[in-house]
Amino acid sequence: MSLSLQNVSRIVDGEYFIDDANIILEPGSFNVLLGRTLAGKTSLMRLMAGLDKPTEGRVLMNGVDVTGVPVQKRNISMVYQQFINYPNWTVFENIASPLRLEKVSELEIKRRVNETAEMLHIEQFLQRRPLELSGGQQQRTAMARALVKDASLILFDEPLVNLDYKLREELRQEIRELLKARNSIAVYATTEPNEALALGGITTLLHEGKVIQSGPSADVYRYPVNVDAAGLFSEPPINLIRGFVSESEVTFDDSVHFPLNHDLRGFKPGDYVCGVRPSHIGLVPQADDDLEIAVRVEVAEISGSETFMHVKNDHFNLVLQLSGVHEYHTDTPIKVYLPTHKLFMFGLDGKMLQAPGRLHRGI
Amino acid sequence: MNKVENNKAWWLVLPVVLLVAFSAVVPLMTVVNYSVQDIFDVNTAYFVGAEWYREILQDPRLQDSLMRQFIFSFFVLLIEIPLGIAVALMMPTKGRGASLCLILLAIPLLIPLNVVGTIWQVFGRTDIGLFGWALTSIGVDYNYASNPIDAWFTVLLMDVWHWTSLVALLCYSGLRAIPDAYYQAASIDRASGWAIFRYIQLPKLQSVLVIGVLLRFMDSFMIYTEPFVLTGGGPGNSTTFLSQTLTQMAIGQFDVGPAAAFSLIYFLIVLLVSWLFFTTISHLDKAK
Amino acid sequence: MAEIHLKTLAHSYSAQPNSPADYAIREMDHVWDQGGAYALLGPSGCGKSTLLNIISGLLSPSEGDVLFDGQRVNDLTPAERNIAQVFQFPVIYDSMTVFDNLAFPLRNMKMQESKVQKKVLEIAEILELQDLLQNKAKNLTADEKQKVSMGRGLVRDDVSAILFDEPLTVIDPHLKWKLRRKLKQIHEQFNITMVYVTHDQLEAATFADKIALMYGGQIVQFGTPRELFEKPNHTFVGYFIGSPGMNFIEVSRSDGGVEFDGLTAPLDADLLDFLAQIPSNNLKIGIRPEFVHVSVESITGSYECDVTHIEDLGTYKILTLELAGNVLKARLDEDQQVPNNKAYVSFPKQWLKLYVDEYLVEGDSK
Repeated sequence: MSLSLQNVSRIVDGEYFIDDANIILEPGSFNVLLGRTLAGKTSLMRLMAGLDKPTEGRVLMNGVDVTGVPVQKRNISMVYQQFINYPNWTVFENIASPLRLEKVSELEIKRRVNETAEMLHIEQFLQRRPLELSGGQQQRTAMARALVKDASLILFDEPLVNLDYKLREELRQEIRELLKARNSIAVYATTEPNEALALGGITTLLHEGKVIQSGPSADVYRYPVNVDAAGLFSEPPINLIRGFVSESEVTFDDSVHFPLNHDLRGFKPGDYVCGVRPSHIGLVPQADDDLEIAVRVEVAEISGSETFMHVKNDHFNLVLQLSGVHEYHTDTPIKVYLPTHKLFMFGLDGKMLQAPGRLHRGI
Repeated sequence: MNKVENNKAWWLVLPVVLLVAFSAVVPLMTVVNYSVQDIFDVNTAYFVGAEWYREILQDPRLQDSLMRQFIFSFFVLLIEIPLGIAVALMMPTKGRGASLCLILLAIPLLIPLNVVGTIWQVFGRTDIGLFGWALTSIGVDYNYASNPIDAWFTVLLMDVWHWTSLVALLCYSGLRAIPDAYYQAASIDRASGWAIFRYIQLPKLQSVLVIGVLLRFMDSFMIYTEPFVLTGGGPGNSTTFLSQTLTQMAIGQFDVGPAAAFSLIYFLIVLLVSWLFFTTISHLDKAK
Repeated sequence: MAEIHLKTLAHSYSAQPNSPADYAIREMDHVWDQGGAYALLGPSGCGKSTLLNIISGLLSPSEGDVLFDGQRVNDLTPAERNIAQVFQFPVIYDSMTVFDNLAFPLRNMKMQESKVQKKVLEIAEILELQDLLQNKAKNLTADEKQKVSMGRGLVRDDVSAILFDEPLTVIDPHLKWKLRRKLKQIHEQFNITMVYVTHDQLEAATFADKIALMYGGQIVQFGTPRELFEKPNHTFVGYFIGSPGMNFIEVSRSDGGVEFDGLTAPLDADLLDFLAQIPSNNLKIGIRPEFVHVSVESITGSYECDVTHIEDLGTYKILTLELAGNVLKARLDEDQQVPNNKAYVSFPKQWLKLYVDEYLVEGDSK
């Protein structure tokens, strides 16, 4: 089953919750909706499910227009942020509930419930009530209920956000594995870029109700289509610096400069916004033409395997992501090195003109 | 909301629509019809336009009754709202004590209106009533049947006894919804009991209090049975409120035309207050 | 500013505790030095919030003592202990402006209004709230509200410690950075004892000088983020810290080291001596994915394994490998060569840890 949204908009009280979205979801695909809170992820999922009707545009399933069809007719499952289960029924009854509605035989129900419970490692809790279980187990019950139905579209609305960090890691992997064998379309909403990368599949970036980019997760990460996309899909946020390109050199924010190199030859002289990933800036020069900048340390955040350093001088605020432990006190003067071959170039309108690995071919 | 269309829903609603039309809309239209006519008997009726409305609004009996009604509702709110809040604050929050209090508060609300009137009728009597007897035995000259002030006092007291529980229960549920963290933060900030009430509890009770005020205003404005049973509207006219005046005119004097006009005016006053309430609530919600 | 000492402290919610399982906090003896930034880290249900409430005074421990600078404070309320606490969701006084919110604790102490002004402005500037001072507190965004909650703790000069109970829960991920940085700056500036409860190891590590990792009501390890990362003294610590957690392989004794499924891992002599003295058969070796050495060709001492999955996380990749029936994860840098079907892993000795009965065994330490 394939799902597509054509020019879909949802306007509430004059406000565009979703603005002209065009999305195609392939059968068996895993799609991540990445965006800030209130960017429109939940609104978009509700439109896909049929819980809300689009103000403009069409929704098609397998090429058939289903825009007005109510959700009960669409064979959808949804898992929510809050672990939603029927509190008065046992776990078994909870998982069986969608099958009961479809009037499946008792024998078949038993088989499928047991099978799904085993997949999610909750088979020993089948006779308990959801509220007696831990958060992770309750969410597993909700997921089992969503998966037992064999729906053509399964929606996950930030399902792991109320769980422990470690539990989140484990469940994320389980979700991916559970959906591998199926032909259903999965849509997973999240606010965390790292989660989008870990889940893989296709990532769609949502910003203020608009779809700004869509593609394989790693591609969207490496080649963001504009400044907003780069900002959304990067944690820590990508460093942005104003750069001026002249015939012979590039100047950053009227302070440091370096000679125009081969990669940047295609650019007409003028003002641009340059981007550098925090992981590409180092404390020692990696290449001969790295740009050296003198800064002061604002704060060094150590996380065991990595250190995030926030540095600044009168012109820049930069974030560095270094592997290993680096301990520095505030206001320590140090030098950092920017690779001039790994710059992102954005126009003043925000559009991406060049990313490392994809060179620009002159305008 | 742009909900997905489902035409079957209209069929389900049809029986209710018919029922409401039959029992409410049609009679309402009939009342409107009567209100612009002078009816002598079944066959003789003249169209008089807005005559009744003019006459009623100028009728001193109505104006007095309206004034009495507003004063009554005003006192009801003045006493019951703060008292209800105070009771809710004093109630225990959990355990057996809480269940017991809730049951005690619910009891007055379960008693039928005319029984309430009768209870207080007896209660206030100076010969066999505990309250009346107690007052006279400490030297107070009390007689609700003959003294208008005493009658007002008794009617108000009866209403407070009957309905304060509602405000208290509403506020109680509102208070329970305040997370513990707020009280903990206040104690850490060394806030006094008064500051806690003023800055945490009262703001959080806002939406619940609006409901409480509206319900009490509407109910007290339409009050009929209890004062009628207790004082019959007396002594004289002193406790004759709006609904009783209306009934007297319509049934007692069999003057359907002006009675119909009167009811419509009554209806419009209540409608106006409800509308005010609705806009206040929406305004509050939007400001959030 | 206070040094906090938890002396033979334990807590049970039931009146007659019988077994360790009845205790939410098992007996512990622990000192938090004055001025430090500490994190209480652990999974849900480990007891970290209970411990925080015992320190703050919102909960009185059923056994043992809480000492502030040597004084027993078990019966004192948080206000009396001069504790400030920031909760999971922002707690602000809706009807007041931001200024009045920050001034509230000072006014309750009957401080002079001119002093109140000065202090509030000072704190508002540090928290970058100075432009919002006249706004009604209830109209702020979640992170601004949390800053106001924090500010109420900072305005007081006499605060002994600030306790945070998962304060970034409601904050947008892209703003969590800023608040974490702000907390660290505040700590460096004011040097107040701060204790921070979280289940997120990244938050704990970036905030704290030292982390107390809790599990089942006990502090399993107390050390710097680096210590917990490089020398986890319990398999739980290895599992919980690091994303992904430590790799563990069950092993049995053999000559010169330990073995699993016919493959051997050599151990140093002093470690072997130590191992010989312990009768237990619950042996595991552990190594973090960051330290697993991966190469595309076989080298001496490496093991051949199958690559089952590759995850591209932008700045690094996670390789899932299968080695003799065990699932291993290894971390590769962005520019490192990615093996296709087969890979060769080796475990550098300085990062290979030995665990007996789940506890770390080290050659020269006892």
